[in-house]
Parts: sequence; structure tokens; C-alpha cells
Amino acid sequence: MEKIKKIKLIASVAVVLPALIVLYYFLQPLVDYLTYGLIGLNADSHLGAAINFFIYDTIKILILLFLISSLMGLVNAYFPVDRLRIYLTTKKLYGLQYFFASLFGAITPFCSCSSIPLFIGFVKGGIPLGVTFAFLITSPLVNEVAVAMFLGLFGIKATLIYAISGILLGTIGGFILGKFKLDRYLSDWVKEIQANSERESEQWEIDQTPFIDRLPIIIHEGWEIVRKVLVYVIIGIAIGAAMHGYVPENFFTEYLSADKWYAVPLAVILAVPMYANAAGIVPVIQVFVAKGVPLGTAIAFMMAVVGLSLPEATLLKKVMKWKLIGIFFGTITVFIILLGYLFNLIL
Amino acid sequence: MEIKILGAGCPKCKTLEKVTREVVEQNGIDASITKVEDIMEIMKFGVMTTPALVVNEKVEIKGRVPSADEIKQVLTK
Repeated sequence: MEKIKKIKLIASVAVVLPALIVLYYFLQPLVDYLTYGLIGLNADSHLGAAINFFIYDTIKILILLFLISSLMGLVNAYFPVDRLRIYLTTKKLYGLQYFFASLFGAITPFCSCSSIPLFIGFVKGGIPLGVTFAFLITSPLVNEVAVAMFLGLFGIKATLIYAISGILLGTIGGFILGKFKLDRYLSDWVKEIQANSERESEQWEIDQTPFIDRLPIIIHEGWEIVRKVLVYVIIGIAIGAAMHGYVPENFFTEYLSADKWYAVPLAVILAVPMYANAAGIVPVIQVFVAKGVPLGTAIAFMMAVVGLSLPEATLLKKVMKWKLIGIFFGTITVFIILLGYLFNLIL
Repeated sequence: MEIKILGAGCPKCKTLEKVTREVVEQNGIDASITKVEDIMEIMKFGVMTTPALVVNEKVEIKGRVPSADEIKQVLTK
């Protein structure tokens, strides 16, 4: 990169990054001033509160989303999934491979269209099916959008619980699925690839691109993620803001409160056919929680929405037989339900 | 120059194809662009993340949609 461009880049990062952080910390007074001061809405009215909430949450989440996406992009620039594959096939990891696969599922930006190439890539590299599943479970479950939305709407504690339990779910789920002899339920052409798989002996070729040249790409990627989900964030928060003002307190407690044993499975089963993305669903869940639904049930619902989707199941049909898809999804469903109960007990 | 866009038809892959076509056209690059959607074909290139941009059978960019500038750099280097 030419020198002048470099200087421009460094200067703009040096200005924009602190500006975003300052904006984040002073956002509430700013939005208050805008909505109640400049526009002159009544802070005590439903409408005023809803609009204030909408503007505040939208901006806050977009900032978080951009920062988290860029951070994940940074990690991925230095540790891409190809490197993970070589790592998993060449190192002896004594069971930790499930954890690593799951952890990497969490930090790689997930695009459902990549799940098939990833799956085949893992199988081709001779990675056991269980480890591949560990990656496949966590990848959609813990993604940058879900993390940013959770952080913005539920705070750090709930976000950590969500992310850590998602990673553990992938680890344990992958481990258990690996214990069964499930390889026979792969599609025939995948079995063939598996039979011809070879442990890679190649070393990871370190990409020597200097950091300064990677930065624009990473920022561009972060921005692309924000742009892609922007409209869903806005719609989700708008629905959330509207519901906040108009749904009475304790509205959901009758059906989904903690003392109803069927609340968690019901929430999970309701969630499976819903293919909403995290951006659209978290603001609505936040309203549920504010109106009396326990956090454990809400997290279980959220996990089922993003982790178990029918379009993904149909994609997986290319590489596995229906029976395996059933076992895969069944196992995750059971685990999510158990997690929901566990959180309701301990939170 | 032979350009291939690998991707099973997700929105990102379509964007990559579109941007690549624009870059080729605007810069008068002599190239043929083919879209590879068959998963078996895609796997032959050893990519695990789509979309990917392949130039003369070499994978140049994978797993993301690059900016027009970056594509131009790859194609004109």
C-alpha cells in the first residue's frame, strides 16, 4: 500500500474507534436530548419511551455489532478455518479437539452456505465426524450477530452465559455424537471422500501480508456484516420497542413461567420451525424476559431459533441421510432443553 | 484469463459474481467468467468457505466478498 493511503488509514482508525467508544458511553443522554429535547416527545408517554428506546438500542447494537464483527475478522485473519483443520489433523489433542472445533465454530463468522464445503473439507481432512459436528453445532449458535445483540440487550453476564454454554453444548454434543457409529448414515459420495481422506502433512503457510494491509479488508468485512443485518436489527428493535410499551407486565408468565415444567420444551419446539436470524429475534426475546419469562427459557428459545433451522437441515441433506440429520438435530434439541432447565434453576 | 466464482448460490456468491463482472467490464480485462455451483466441483479447489474467486485455477480470495478495488488488484497484478 502506498504511504499516503497508510497514513490516511491509520488516522481514520485513530479517530473513528475512540469516537465510537465515546458515543457508546454517552449514548443515553444524547438520545434523551434528541428525543425529549429536540423533537420534544413526552418522556412519560408510551410513544416517547418507545421511540427513545428504539433509537438508543439501534445505535448501541450497531456499534457493538461493528466492533465485534471486526474483532472476529481480526482473529480469523490470523487463524482461518483452514488452519484449524490442519491443526486438528496433525496434533494429538487428547479429547480437546472437540472443544477447539466448537470454539472455532463460535468465532468464525457463520454463513449457512459455507456449512457444506466446511463439512466436506473436514471429512476430507480425516477429521472424525464427532469433531466436525462440534464445529457444526456451535457455528450458527454462537455468532457475531447473536453476541452483539445479547450484549446490547441483556448485558455482559447473559452474553457470557450464552456464549460459554453454546460452546460447551457443541463440545459435549460433538463428543457424544462421535461415540455412536454414525458414519454409515453419511451420503454415499461423502463416504467415498471419507474413505480416501488423508491426514494432511502440510504445514500451515503463514500469510505474510502485513497487518496494515489486512486492516481495510477486516474493517470492510465488519461493515458488510452490519450492512447485511441492518434492516433486521431495525425491524427487530422496532417490534421490541412497540411491544415494550403495549404488552402488559407478566403477560407471558401464565404459559412460560419457570414453575411450568413444559415451558422450556414448548419454547424450544416452537422455535425450531422459526427461521429468524438473531438480529430479528433477540429484541423480541428481551421483551419476553422483561414481561416475566425466565432467562433460561429465553436462552433456550434463542438457541433453538438460530441453532436448529429447517433450511440448514435441507442443506445438510446433501451430505447426510435423513436419519443422521434427525439424530443430529434431536441431540441438539435435547441438550438445549436441558440447558434451559439448568439456567432456570441456577439463574 | 479464466475466472471462476465458486459458490452454491448464496447471496454472497451472487454479489461476488456481480462485482467481478463489473470490474472486468470497467477495466476492459480480457477474461471469461464462469460460476461454479456444483459442490463436488467446488471441493476440488479445496476451499471450505464460499464464495471464492479463482483466477487461472488458483484460489485468490475465499470466504468473503472483496471490494471492487481488491478484485481489480487481483485481476491486474
